[in-house]
Amino acid sequence: MTNSLHFRSVLVRVTVALAGLFLVAGSALAQEGARLEEAGARVTNIASLQSGARTFFNYCSGCHSLKYMRYSRIAQDLQLSDDAVLKNFATADARIGDLAMSAMPDDKAEQWFGKAPPDLSLEARAKGDDWIYTYLKSFYVDPTRPTGWNNTLFPNVSMPFPLWELQGVQTPVYAPAKPGEEPVVEKLELSTPGRLTPAQYDDTVRDLTAFLEYASEPAALQRHAIGVWVLLYLAFFTLLAYLLKHEYWKDVH
Amino acid sequence: MATAPVRIQPKNRVLAWIEERLPILSFLSTHTSEYYAPKNFNLWYYFGSLAMLVLVNQIVTGIFLTMFYKPGADTAFASVEYIMRDVDWGWLIRYMHEVGASMFFIVVYLHMFRGLMYGSYKKPRELIWILGMLIFLALMAEAFMGYVLPWGNMSFWGAKVIISLFGAVPWIGDALVQWIMGDYNPADATLNRFFSLHVIALPLVLLLLVVLHLAALHEVGSNNPDGVEIKKGPKGSRFGADKPADGIPFHPYYTVKDLFGVGFFLVICAFIIFFQPTLGGWFLEHDNFIPANSLVTPAEIKPVWYFTPFYAMLRMIPAKLPGVIIMFVGIAALFLVPWLDRGHVKSVRYRGLGYKIGLGLFAASFVMLGAVGAGLTSEYIPAWFGPTADVTTIENAFGRFWLIVYFACFVGLWAYTYFGWEKTKPVPERVTTHD
Repeated sequence: MTNSLHFRSVLVRVTVALAGLFLVAGSALAQEGARLEEAGARVTNIASLQSGARTFFNYCSGCHSLKYMRYSRIAQDLQLSDDAVLKNFATADARIGDLAMSAMPDDKAEQWFGKAPPDLSLEARAKGDDWIYTYLKSFYVDPTRPTGWNNTLFPNVSMPFPLWELQGVQTPVYAPAKPGEEPVVEKLELSTPGRLTPAQYDDTVRDLTAFLEYASEPAALQRHAIGVWVLLYLAFFTLLAYLLKHEYWKDVH
Repeated sequence: MATAPVRIQPKNRVLAWIEERLPILSFLSTHTSEYYAPKNFNLWYYFGSLAMLVLVNQIVTGIFLTMFYKPGADTAFASVEYIMRDVDWGWLIRYMHEVGASMFFIVVYLHMFRGLMYGSYKKPRELIWILGMLIFLALMAEAFMGYVLPWGNMSFWGAKVIISLFGAVPWIGDALVQWIMGDYNPADATLNRFFSLHVIALPLVLLLLVVLHLAALHEVGSNNPDGVEIKKGPKGSRFGADKPADGIPFHPYYTVKDLFGVGFFLVICAFIIFFQPTLGGWFLEHDNFIPANSLVTPAEIKPVWYFTPFYAMLRMIPAKLPGVIIMFVGIAALFLVPWLDRGHVKSVRYRGLGYKIGLGLFAASFVMLGAVGAGLTSEYIPAWFGPTADVTTIENAFGRFWLIVYFACFVGLWAYTYFGWEKTKPVPERVTTHD
């Protein structure tokens, strides 16, 4: 076997091995998301991020902080003016360089909800965007809970459902219970429509998920934009390096 | 035969003045343009230089991370997010460091497999192998401590589990664990000492070992895919009458070849850094984006992928102390390979079928144990055997089978060569690609 033929066969083998690695990584993720709905959130879609930010600061930021996220960064990345961000998103006395903290004091929050609402800066990286999307679509009325709400993805969640006026009210349909067992929620039905149609609500939650994904890693916008150029540069460099190697090695083969 | 030292006499008077007092150029020349390497290196020979590249990357990016990272239980997590968001290009530096850590293990594992494939651990290269194994040990310690620094929840629980392994030491176990942590749990004291070890102590050890690894390599010369010694082959080439006929100067031939390898490797790295920086939770785990919390245990505590084969060895043994011993023996056995293998043929190309099968089984057992340690088996067993399957029993059977295969490879290697069962093919006089 000549050297270059051998080299090529090894190259093929390594490529196959690498492809295998990525497949395993991909299937592991798919496995994890088996019972989750696919969010389809796109962090590079600025309009979607703007809409998600509006929903977040209208419905979520009363209780949840983004303690690693600055208003100025939101304005810059979401292509909004500082004034618009301060006026629409920030708490009353906030300045543009401040972190997006909720106005709710932690000790009071603990008293009211039993548990202080978690900071959401990194929620999308910890749980994944499909989880957030599914979670926000899985609330249903449950009179046995203190808040009146429960969630199929996060049973006995302590958070009430602030988006109900958008989605409407879902009621559970129980599967026939086996004797001696608690009935299990089979599916949720929209018993009272909200201000949005189900399709509009999905879009709203998808945008909110995209915004939280952005908030968990603002650099995602930069790395996607730069990454293509870095890859093109490196591919060109590799080509040049190959030609250089080929030239030098002419007198070895 | 040692690498022949060459003496450079620069024409430039300043350089000549320096060279007479400190022969830097002579040293560089001896180890690059006058270092003769076999001309038949294949793809497997890229991974040594790539490991050096990653080491440099880790040091340079680490220096910049250290400028902004704040060790301390109250500050570490937030300072990493500060780097990711507020430090200019901080995210890129951090991703380069994080992806670099995983790539380090990928290239080192491939580099080690190359050594097994072509018998690069055999006489006269036993010390190169031993030094390489010491690098691997230092690298594991370095990676483990680095993993603790972001002080995410997996950092905390990973540290707790790994440090508690020392609790298996008879008599002094508990005291030893407290001494390592400086507390009853991984805490501020632990984080600060790990920071110190990660940024100073272990990098110094690593660099020293790499220098020794290369010094030992250049003393005896590189092996090659045919496992023949070019220094024992015929002499005389266009580079000189006394030069090995099948050798070429490392510079420029292998420097330009490695440059191509570097380019190819960087394309893969850049793709991960810019488009998949967590690689779906394999390089950066989801639970590590939650701050360390001693009250909330992650659903599944497991180390990063590169430790999973060894972690599986630990998990497959039902008792703690024997598990720890098996895991350490699993690593220590690799040190002994030069003496377990009594065969005289180096390259797998000319070795008996038994060696080829053994090598394949060894690689398979390493990957399969990795899958067990990473929790892939417990994830897929319900899908393959039905939801009512007894995951623990099936996983244990699977994991223990491959654990036995792993150790059987070492015992088998010794028996196969010691009792002369191996039927080798004739080894060529010279590398197979000579003119």
